[in-house]
Amino acid sequence: MASLIPCPHCGPRPKEEFTVRGAVLPRPAPDAPVSEWQAHVYLRENPRGDYAEHWHHSGGCRRWLVVNRNTATHAVHSVTDAAEGRP
Amino acid sequence: MRYSALSVLLNGLTGKVAPAWRSPEPKAEYDVVIVGGGGHGLATAYYLAKEFGITNVAVLEKGYVGSGNIGRNTTIIRSNYLLPGNNPFYELSMKLWEGLEQDFNFNAMVSQRGVVNLIHSDAQRDAYRRRGNAMRLHGVDAEILDREGVRKILPFLDFDNARFPIKGAIRQRRGGTVRHDAVAWGYARGASQRGVDIIPHCEVSAIRQENGSVTAVETSRGTIRCKRLALATAGHSGITAAMAGITLPIETHALQAYVSEGLKPFIDTVVTFGAGHFYLSQSDKGGLVFGGDIEGYNSYAQRGNLANIEHVAEAGVAMIPALSRVRVLRAWAGVMDMSMDGSPIIDKTHLPNLYLNAGWCYGGFKATPASGLCFAHLIAKDAPHEVARAFRLDRFARGHLIDEKGQGAQPNLH
Repeated sequence: MASLIPCPHCGPRPKEEFTVRGAVLPRPAPDAPVSEWQAHVYLRENPRGDYAEHWHHSGGCRRWLVVNRNTATHAVHSVTDAAEGRP
Repeated sequence: MRYSALSVLLNGLTGKVAPAWRSPEPKAEYDVVIVGGGGHGLATAYYLAKEFGITNVAVLEKGYVGSGNIGRNTTIIRSNYLLPGNNPFYELSMKLWEGLEQDFNFNAMVSQRGVVNLIHSDAQRDAYRRRGNAMRLHGVDAEILDREGVRKILPFLDFDNARFPIKGAIRQRRGGTVRHDAVAWGYARGASQRGVDIIPHCEVSAIRQENGSVTAVETSRGTIRCKRLALATAGHSGITAAMAGITLPIETHALQAYVSEGLKPFIDTVVTFGAGHFYLSQSDKGGLVFGGDIEGYNSYAQRGNLANIEHVAEAGVAMIPALSRVRVLRAWAGVMDMSMDGSPIIDKTHLPNLYLNAGWCYGGFKATPASGLCFAHLIAKDAPHEVARAFRLDRFARGHLIDEKGQGAQPNLH
């Protein structure tokens, strides 16, 4: 993993200030079929390459962030607040 | 050629040593193609040939034999699991370890020096007692040691650490360490002797299907047809399974491991910290072989961060203060197929001739013999081995998770 994550609110900070949760996945509707919920909870694309991940800036601004990074090279492409782009 | 004391003497005198396995060109077609020439893939090929008489088999490995996790683990073997879905499987593996060197005629340095898990609180002692009883109910050896019992075998530990005092331990005497490279080589040699073709530097890029069945794999060394296809690609399972349109309940994570400078013998068992994830043993060369938690983030890079090295070192020094003077010689990482319940998958798939072996998290090495035998059973008989029946791919949807740690659907917590 890259040593620094450029938080949009706090600037570049050591990755140890953050807590990783996992893949960014759109949440199914509450009345979506069970199979859709099972896929959401259990199945993962798990790419070797570019990938969007939720990180929490637990030791800083405490905002949830979307980190776009590469799982093979560890390059961090962009970091945005998770609230951006949400309806 | 059968290895023996006499063969060592004769080969030493003549200077002639044959390669341990053949290097054939891949044929156009095989009865079984196994993708993944790591510990599990090679063990599967060995048992397919030896136990089930299926020898028209190829093992395709994208790197050199031994380059994956089989060459990167911390060598520990044990069968001290809690849950009924796991216990009999790992105990089968332990029994296979016990006879392995004689079985495959290769020195794998199987050393049953014991596995000791330290206890730091009353609650932990209760939890470990429960696990020990679960083991004993399955006929597996387990014993609880008190503080003085631990001190007798591991006098260098920090018994009076203010935060993590040592109150005792649970021990499995039959657990221990095995020379991991030799496991790959022994299984490769045994399989090759029985007719299995081992094809390194052969990366699979696509799985060809026709009329709802697998017909062939496209590889960097040509197209290879197969009657049955078996995937055993560990941390790369997501990539190979996707070639058949399968999305897995697996995330790939990095796990670092370390070896220290050579030291005089002072730890003669495997010992694990109870207040953090840290495990250590001393190899026959004198180096301490140790490791801790996974990094926590998805990675295929086979390397980790300095922060984790510091975290592992802190746990190690809390347990064994003498470690603070020791120099670390090497650090490396592997790719862990972390599953959604921390337990593995050995199962058929939606395609009638495609079989899957994945989800070993960071515990695949000790499972190598049983994984090979059970996967071979599944491929040969199209039915699961009794002790691997619970390792189904659909258990997540059906609610039959095997969650030893009780962490839920968060792979990086298992």
